Amino acid sequence: MSEIPTRKSEFITGVRDTLPLVLGAIPFGIIFGALAVNSGLSLLGGMGLSLFVFAGSSQFIASGLVTQGVGLGLIILTTFIVNLRHALYSATLAPHVKGLPQKWLLPLGFWLTDETFAVVIGRYSRTDDSPYKHWYYLGSAVIMYTNWQLCTLIGLVAGQAIPDMRSWGLDFAMTVTFIGIVVVQLRNRPMVVAAIVAGACAVAFNGMPNKMGLFLSALVGVIAGMVAESLLPDVPPVREAKHE
Amino acid sequence: MNEVALIIGMMLVTFLPRYGVMALLGRVEMPKPVFRALRFVPPAVLSAIIVPTMVFNRQGEFDLSLQNSALIAGLISIFVAWRTRNVLLTILIGMTALWLWRALVGG
Repeated sequence: MSEIPTRKSEFITGVRDTLPLVLGAIPFGIIFGALAVNSGLSLLGGMGLSLFVFAGSSQFIASGLVTQGVGLGLIILTTFIVNLRHALYSATLAPHVKGLPQKWLLPLGFWLTDETFAVVIGRYSRTDDSPYKHWYYLGSAVIMYTNWQLCTLIGLVAGQAIPDMRSWGLDFAMTVTFIGIVVVQLRNRPMVVAAIVAGACAVAFNGMPNKMGLFLSALVGVIAGMVAESLLPDVPPVREAKHE
Repeated sequence: MNEVALIIGMMLVTFLPRYGVMALLGRVEMPKPVFRALRFVPPAVLSAIIVPTMVFNRQGEFDLSLQNSALIAGLISIFVAWRTRNVLLTILIGMTALWLWRALVGG
């Protein structure tokens, strides 16, 4: 980055720093598009989810639930649970975006994803007093959003032409991307406890209908994390997350 | 399925936590216990999504054997992410491991 950050340099650095995560989202977006057409959603419906919801994991899960014939209300409830984690990201970023006008907060909020959060919080925690860090956020958000729309479109078209893209293992891209994001976020033992307990519960509750298992597992995981936090002595972080 | 209702509903419940918290926290404080609990939501939710995709094989059976390529590749990815803290490297090695394992061992 140049000595004195400008709006443009912040925007470009935001795009650049997000590119590694964009790579993980490419197969994920294509698979979502392919799954969406095969789940019975229309082309416009699949594209609409990416354009207006813009939350990959919940779009994946929703298209799976549509296939299973789950009702509208339950799909929306599941989406809420899955996407509630963004409230934490939003709360963490709040002090940094305080004072920005609504014309900034609305799009920055709408574009808040795991990937953009992971990159942007690194920028905000650098102590330089650049007044344009929200342009960095914007750059990260715009590249993620643009990429997601393109990949969805490719997936929707490809999904009609190639029937069983899942057999290529590309859906596993979601798993590895989330593994990268989660493991880097596990800063202390209570968080590790929350992740392990939630993961184990999700396996045990896998047979439950309508993704109720996911909801319960997340709840049990959060409780386990809080219990662990109150029981375990304060230990130094396992290792600080590295933001480059 | 009413797709318009689906999209609007999903959009609202996704947008509100993303934007609402950010917009409100400028004015009101978040209660400490809520913030404490919220910190565990991302690892809990993401882990609850990830783990079943690893331990259930492509036939949907619970499978902790070496024949389950997703399990092996997932474990390798977790190790790489833990050691390197590098998401891109995790993705590349994880996907390569999955394809190699399928080609060499099957599953």
